[in-house]
Amino acid sequence: MTFMLTEEQRLLKDAALDFVREQAPVSRLRKMRDARKNGRDPELWRDMAAMGWAGVLVAEEHGGAGLGHVAMGLVLESCGRTLAASPLLSTAVVGASAVALGAAPERGKQLLPEIAAGALVMALAVDEGAHHAPLRTALRAQPSERGYRLTGAKRFVADGHLADIFVVVARTSGEAGDADGLTLFLVPADADGLVRHERITVDSRGAADLSFDNVVVDDNAVLGRPDHGAELLDRILDRARIGLAAEMLGQASEAFEITAEYLKTRRQFGQVIGGFQALQHRAAKMFTELELTRSCVYAALDAVDREARDIAQHASLAKARAGETLRLVSNEMVQMHGGIGMTDEHDAGFYLKRARVAEALYGSAAFHRDRYAALLGF
Amino acid sequence: MRDDRLAVFRGETRAWLEANCPASMRTPPASEDDIVWGGRNASFPSPDARVWLERMAERGWTAPTWPKEYGGGGLSAAENAVLQSELKRIEARPPLASFGLWMLGPVLLEYGNEEQKLDHLPKIVRGEIRWCQGYSEPGAGSDLAGLQTKCEDKGDHWLINGQKIWTSYANYADWCFCLVRTDFSVKHEGISFILIDMASPGVETRPIKLISGASPFCETFFTDVKVPKGNLVGRVNGGWEIAKRLLQYERTNISGFGSGARADVVEIAKKYVGLDGAGRLDGRDLRARIAQHKMAERAYALTVQRAQEEAKAGQNVSHMASMFKVAGATLNIERCELMLEAAGASGLGWSGDGFAPEELALTRGWLRSKGNSIEGGTTEVNLNVVAKRVLGLRDTQ
Repeated sequence: MTFMLTEEQRLLKDAALDFVREQAPVSRLRKMRDARKNGRDPELWRDMAAMGWAGVLVAEEHGGAGLGHVAMGLVLESCGRTLAASPLLSTAVVGASAVALGAAPERGKQLLPEIAAGALVMALAVDEGAHHAPLRTALRAQPSERGYRLTGAKRFVADGHLADIFVVVARTSGEAGDADGLTLFLVPADADGLVRHERITVDSRGAADLSFDNVVVDDNAVLGRPDHGAELLDRILDRARIGLAAEMLGQASEAFEITAEYLKTRRQFGQVIGGFQALQHRAAKMFTELELTRSCVYAALDAVDREARDIAQHASLAKARAGETLRLVSNEMVQMHGGIGMTDEHDAGFYLKRARVAEALYGSAAFHRDRYAALLGF
Repeated sequence: MRDDRLAVFRGETRAWLEANCPASMRTPPASEDDIVWGGRNASFPSPDARVWLERMAERGWTAPTWPKEYGGGGLSAAENAVLQSELKRIEARPPLASFGLWMLGPVLLEYGNEEQKLDHLPKIVRGEIRWCQGYSEPGAGSDLAGLQTKCEDKGDHWLINGQKIWTSYANYADWCFCLVRTDFSVKHEGISFILIDMASPGVETRPIKLISGASPFCETFFTDVKVPKGNLVGRVNGGWEIAKRLLQYERTNISGFGSGARADVVEIAKKYVGLDGAGRLDGRDLRARIAQHKMAERAYALTVQRAQEEAKAGQNVSHMASMFKVAGATLNIERCELMLEAAGASGLGWSGDGFAPEELALTRGWLRSKGNSIEGGTTEVNLNVVAKRVLGLRDTQ
């Protein structure tokens, strides 16, 4: 494995940073929130697609760039730095991976170019309760003459209110809690019997709850093998977790740098507050946590590109560490800014709010500690 | 082309190690007694350990990247990476543990004159001379630059008077690299770096008994000790720069060192806490904390690997040393605490045969680990270094 970036990756990273700083600073998220758009910024998504970001993972033969997960991670890390709001993770990582790994070749040939072009938005509908628990899926898919009928509910679907196509985790056999009996489906958002309820979330990005009432899909909608979807789901989720960890690393890095800068300028008791050891040591500890987490995230991205055998371990390590680090840094950002950090006028609140949503999505640190222990055999 | 050469080197190295590394040296050291420190009075845990050191030293592979003219292996960084991976492949023990290899050698290569390098480096490579570090003093711990050991110019020699403390294994050492004061009118600018033969008249050491019961550290007294003029490294009053550089080497090396109890926390927990029916550790709270610790360990190892790659690519990573010292010490202390907790009452023995030797090692290792966040610069001092030098947070401006 390697931590060193190629020339191509370095250029991509620089371009991504330039783009988000110019086109998608935190003020853009603020403006979108104030206009009550709940995560909708189609112009930004269009511009990101024009940068080629929707197709970073899509193979060249399908109109993408085929640059791999390290490259995708660098883009997501940049987006995290300025909290750029878009369905990039849901579509370009989760959607693209689900289709590439699970769809029949014909279906892939049709969908992947659209994903790469940013022409459609996808979202993963997996959880049914307040906590990430893929195996607790209860949503039923009954075989029918034309394929399957889906009945049940999904909750807190990230970018669910924006999506054109859902990747839906359903149960074709067994009971909630079983690893066997899961099947993944591609379901268009305008399918008969599918109703979505938009949810306004604290991070201003929005989400949707979905209810399925005898939603009919044909056999072509199946991703992977019926009843054996758990393994495919894990592979898709691990890519999502690693991509999200990269976004969270960007958030934490920027939140930390903004805070460190504030410590160098804010004056009290006749000196800059960065001169106080109580704050210096906390800043140094944050820096250390960030550096350790950075290594986990880059190693995980590289592991996916290498198709390493321990991607699951890497994913849980990266997501848990990113969650813990971002929690620490986002809390300290508010505390070290003092009163101004509590105001809506300051950006600290935006980082704090997005931090918790990202932390809960696709498994909290607690979820991934539990999974990591199981993977290590204890 | 280059890869071809490395492949050939790997083949030769593998063959040589197969032929020359004794079978008993292909297991991790069972205890601190298995570690070979070398020196005039070197002791070896087994004849194999002596053979292994002699064979490795002959090729200069105890110091693989040092130049050949000073006894080193003369390997490039890439060749050394091959050697290390081949050593790891057969789980070969380090043939020699030595402050000379880890700390003094690198700074002598950078700051020493030709005579000093030729005189001292080959003996370090061969493990003939064991070095100790004379840095801290009773009044100069975290504030190291406040040191007072006096070094006077007596024309044809230096005259040293003063006291050092926490000199690791000074009672076994042959020579000491030492910080002394050559100018009392200034602080950092009045310090020099000097090499002292511990056999000189006027040198006395006294071991200090620690809470673990062991005595790895000493007090070292210098009373009218005469030192040849050629033993001062670098320029007079230029020792602080060398001292700091050496600390960087020390801090990168210290994390796992000397902390005893290398046991695996998961294995300890499995043994003393047990697993439930689903194969999970039978104690959710402890299990979650061990998982968090294992993640931090992995994160640390990955970060060391990243820093090595960055260094190899020519980036300056020396500023990371203090960060690694803090993180490594914190991790080791946490690991020892978790193992003690997991072992329960079985980890709280002190001596006698009521406890298994590995249980007693847990207790002693836990107590020993408390020093990790103190020795080589306290955690607090290293956090100061990170805050000031890396993050640019200044006391006043």
